[in-house]
Amino acid sequence: MLTKQVKQQLLSIVGPENYDDSKVECLVYSYDATPGYQSMPNAVIKPGCTNEVAAIVKVCNEHKVPIIPRGSGTNLSGGTCPTEGGLVLLFNRMNSLIEIDEENLTATVQPGLITLDLISAVEKKGLFYPPDPSSMKISTIGGNINENSGGLRGLKYGVTRDYVIGLEVVLPNGDIIRTGGKLAKDVAGYDLTKLFVGSEGTLGIVTEAILKLIPIPETTKTMLALYHDLDAAAQSVAKIISNKIIPVTLEFLDRPTLIVVEDFAKIGLPTNVEAVLLIEQDGPPEVVERDMKRMADICLEEKAVSVEIAETELDAVALKTARRTALSALARLKPTTILEDATVPRSEIAKMVRAINEIATKHNVNICTFGHAGDGNLHPTCITDARDHDEMERVELAFADIFAVAIDLGGTITGEHGVGAMKAPYLEWKLKKEGIAAMKGIKQAFDPNNIMNPGKVFAKESRKRVVVSS
Amino acid sequence: MTTVQEREIIADQFAEKMNEDELLNCMRCGFCLPHCPTYIESGLKESHSPRGRIALMKAVTDGLIEPDEDVERSLSLCLGCRACEPVCPSGVKYGHLLEEARDIIHQNKKHSLPVKAIRKAAFNGLFPHQERMQNMTSLLGFYQRSGLQYIARKTGVLSILPDNLATMEKVLPKVPKKSEMKNRPTELPAIGNPVKKVAFFSGCLMDTMFLDTNKATLKLLQLAGCEIVIPKAQACCGALHGHSGEKEGAKQLAKRNIEAFEADEVDYIITNAGGCGAFLIDYDHLLQDEPEWYERAIAFKNKMKDISEILVDLRFQEKVRLKLPSQSVTYQDSCHLRNVMKTSKAPRILLQSIEGIDFREMKDADRCCGSAGIYNIVESEMSMKILDSKMEHTKSTQADIVVTANPGCLLQMQLGIERENLSECTKAVHIVDLLLEAVVL
Repeated sequence: MLTKQVKQQLLSIVGPENYDDSKVECLVYSYDATPGYQSMPNAVIKPGCTNEVAAIVKVCNEHKVPIIPRGSGTNLSGGTCPTEGGLVLLFNRMNSLIEIDEENLTATVQPGLITLDLISAVEKKGLFYPPDPSSMKISTIGGNINENSGGLRGLKYGVTRDYVIGLEVVLPNGDIIRTGGKLAKDVAGYDLTKLFVGSEGTLGIVTEAILKLIPIPETTKTMLALYHDLDAAAQSVAKIISNKIIPVTLEFLDRPTLIVVEDFAKIGLPTNVEAVLLIEQDGPPEVVERDMKRMADICLEEKAVSVEIAETELDAVALKTARRTALSALARLKPTTILEDATVPRSEIAKMVRAINEIATKHNVNICTFGHAGDGNLHPTCITDARDHDEMERVELAFADIFAVAIDLGGTITGEHGVGAMKAPYLEWKLKKEGIAAMKGIKQAFDPNNIMNPGKVFAKESRKRVVVSS
Repeated sequence: MTTVQEREIIADQFAEKMNEDELLNCMRCGFCLPHCPTYIESGLKESHSPRGRIALMKAVTDGLIEPDEDVERSLSLCLGCRACEPVCPSGVKYGHLLEEARDIIHQNKKHSLPVKAIRKAAFNGLFPHQERMQNMTSLLGFYQRSGLQYIARKTGVLSILPDNLATMEKVLPKVPKKSEMKNRPTELPAIGNPVKKVAFFSGCLMDTMFLDTNKATLKLLQLAGCEIVIPKAQACCGALHGHSGEKEGAKQLAKRNIEAFEADEVDYIITNAGGCGAFLIDYDHLLQDEPEWYERAIAFKNKMKDISEILVDLRFQEKVRLKLPSQSVTYQDSCHLRNVMKTSKAPRILLQSIEGIDFREMKDADRCCGSAGIYNIVESEMSMKILDSKMEHTKSTQADIVVTANPGCLLQMQLGIERENLSECTKAVHIVDLLLEAVVL
């Protein structure tokens, strides 16, 4: 419960219509898209401008009330679940596209802006904002920045971090700072812009962002390569990259994923093969044509059964849209879908796919795999039932094994979904004690009272790593 | 208002009756949010989104929160348009969850006396009895007699209602004579070679207030080569009951209809109202706990088809020349026709086959118009917000005619046209009326 005094102060900042502590309002902001995480906040607040955010933060800092900034609650690591209660901060009223600067090729936005709305708006002007997380139709830019979201176009164009060049941030003490700017170059001091991207709301509150835009590619082509063998698909990925071709998209979907996605999207995806690669290239027509042909040849050399090029733009969009539903579509199989996003160097992708399958067999769990194969970023997804406690324990063990293998292959425990609450116990596996200590030092410097999204990134207790014998 | 005791009973019944698997099936990805009209019009309130409502239903089921007024508010503000279902990758059957939850709340809540009287008048006294529907000469008359207007005035809660109804009265179709409503045919031959035998579901409102539309539907079916039977024993589909938490009443009507339509061997059962069709096609779900009815409900459901779907199947638009004076036309989807019966292409194919018509697709044509059964009366404020957005998109098509496929949508679009003072240049019609007008014999 917030004290009467705190509530009164908050009400005077935003007005009664933008503050709610009813049970229903608290309940509907008690979760995000991560299974197994639900915790009630004490209240929900909707500031209308940066100054209101700063005023709210000052009150919370003084009274040590946790603040959980939340976009559309689509994140997959428990990052926006108010695990320690407190105040959920919404950006519904701070969702403007402030400016598209066609001279500097930048967009200035408020955090509540929906990702797809930004993408559509800049495309109308012949510009391109590449980060396209699967949830882009509902995710917010603020959420993307805090999670450093990736997407299908990450292989060629990078992730959110690569497009954030300036920020306005409210620090936990209520100070408002501006970092970076509409600048191609800027080395004035530490790069706080990049520090805040991916900080999962633990260091401050992003209230405005300047994003880098690029010219929109001339043409795009999309194809599907079909395989009877998972390994061959994974080998193709490694070979495409080692042949010095960087496609926009190089996605992997295994058969169970294909079946459920087709069940939902009904676009004629093959469901009688073991895996497909969804490949896209963009650029000048002659380059796209050449790259597509070379990639098709590589796939066929690596024992693809066939290679099908999408005939129309509509078909291509349908393929990508269908791929974006993969995770949610897997929920058709079993009530609970727990996915991970362990990432390895691209060259190790085939080993990782094999290891995932062995681990699934070893722990007797059902794992479907899809993901950004070209980025070395797979999404092994466990299809289970949260009510089956015995199986849930095995799932946990399986994922621990997957993390361990990923790290051994030179990879990481999370490529794009963030640490949040879910992977916090494993962070030390990747960073070691010293790495955690360095990060905690940064957290301490910005947020000594630990009011910003507490319980995320840093775990109270790290999980002990069992040495995997393989 | 619910009492503490009522809440306890409601909470117990949630735990007992709500489908836990279906609730768990929502993995909270949020893909439904941008498609939910109330989420958008409420300023992106999660409590007015499908994901939020499912979370609330689950929280009550799990005993995490009480079914208080705010929970009820969230559920009653839902249009039930089911736009969240086709976009849900997990395939959550939201409509079924909502119906069950509403049924539990309404069956265990002591309604105030006047509300009780109206519900009884409408659900038991009026809709199940076609002859009484016939006696109802206008929608306004119904509200006056059932006492709804009385309450609206008395309580002041629905103070917006009389204004709205006044406008609505203007847009009501010319009501047919009682003798006309009474003497309906029970069989009609095909015109030309008979290719299919169909049964026609008349609908309670369609066979009274929209009788002309029913007549046009039958004529089109005849022209398409259908032999038609119109079972006399049929009843209201029960959708109004089902959507308002009167599941038992809906079941009774469902059984009556299944029996009525079993009497004749037909290829299809045809409706011309998306709202009815969607409920009819869901009879198997409604009767899932009654083994002696379930199979029969499946057989019934498998024969259901919307009029535009069968016309396209029988290539009506290729066999019959369709021509109208040059004009522009846009189409507003009926939510239930699109989201539940999955019919969205057929009406567009038919309209585009009419010579002289310039078809203009409206932005967000698949988003609800805010009619939603009696929603535009009981949730007037939200309904009008939704309608205003809809009218913005309608206006930007600059269409002369707005075509709909369901009586509720038709009235609502007419209401929108009236509110925007566009009645001089724009009109709303049911698709079959336009098609019949276009037929060149």
